[in-house]
Amino acid sequence: MNPAIATEFTPFASLGGGALIGLSAVMVMALFGKVAGISGITNGVLGAVVPMASAPRDRNWRVAFILGLIAAPLAYRLFGGTVEQTVSGNLVGMGLAGFLIGLGTGLGSGCTSGHGVCGLARLSRRSLVAVLIFMASGIATVFVLRHVGGV
Amino acid sequence: MRNILGFASGLVFGIGLVVSGMANPAKVLNFLDLAGAWDPSLGFVMGGALVVTYLGYRLVWRRKTPVLAEGFDLPSSRRTDRPLVIGAALFGIGWGIGGFCPGPAWTALALLAPGTLIFLPMMLFGLWLGAQAKGLPGLNSKGNP
Repeated sequence: MNPAIATEFTPFASLGGGALIGLSAVMVMALFGKVAGISGITNGVLGAVVPMASAPRDRNWRVAFILGLIAAPLAYRLFGGTVEQTVSGNLVGMGLAGFLIGLGTGLGSGCTSGHGVCGLARLSRRSLVAVLIFMASGIATVFVLRHVGGV
Repeated sequence: MRNILGFASGLVFGIGLVVSGMANPAKVLNFLDLAGAWDPSLGFVMGGALVVTYLGYRLVWRRKTPVLAEGFDLPSSRRTDRPLVIGAALFGIGWGIGGFCPGPAWTALALLAPGTLIFLPMMLFGLWLGAQAKGLPGLNSKGNP
């Protein structure tokens, strides 16, 4: 389901964009004293809508944070940038992917930002284990889908 | 003020995702595709983010309290338990199928691709289910050999 589209290796843009992600994580720590894990922040937003186990009570800044994420590509375009995005059109696959990512980050208490950026920066052993596992399982999944199944 | 600063933090994060190329699932999938047309960009994103976060956190933690909260609230769990391992493995499978993780999926919403519009509600449902299931006794390693 993932036709391989070659993408250009962008070391400088990626390093710079990564630094902005880091800046945001530092802002969230400095302002709210929290780790900037997107799945955790989403959890807080979700808790405002449906009854949820262990959803944080302080929701407003989390809702605002998610709105900022949503607004980002629009703001980027407004200032003349182009947003490149190729999303798979396989809706069954995308639905399954969304479900697994939600379930996995809900169970595993974090995603690429919470474990991968904030957790590793805190030198958390739990986060290191999570990152190694999701990287390995992501690499294995892409290998099977692109090089074994011939789907 | 809290809401404006929360919005600004999310905006900076989202611009970072767009600039770094991580808002594009094709680029993420090519990072995971070691046997194909490998694109190492994601490694540079993690590197840039980690250096800034590592140094920034240590500067921020010199303060007694955050600017807008009573104290720093860091994840306290230390155990590498079953929900963490199972969750990370499931997350990786979904990541490898879709090329989205939660942050990029939110930044994709306004661009309204059909794949995104299916992905996000399913992610929210999965997140809800996962958060409910985390506390189930069968998932905790206590009492298991």
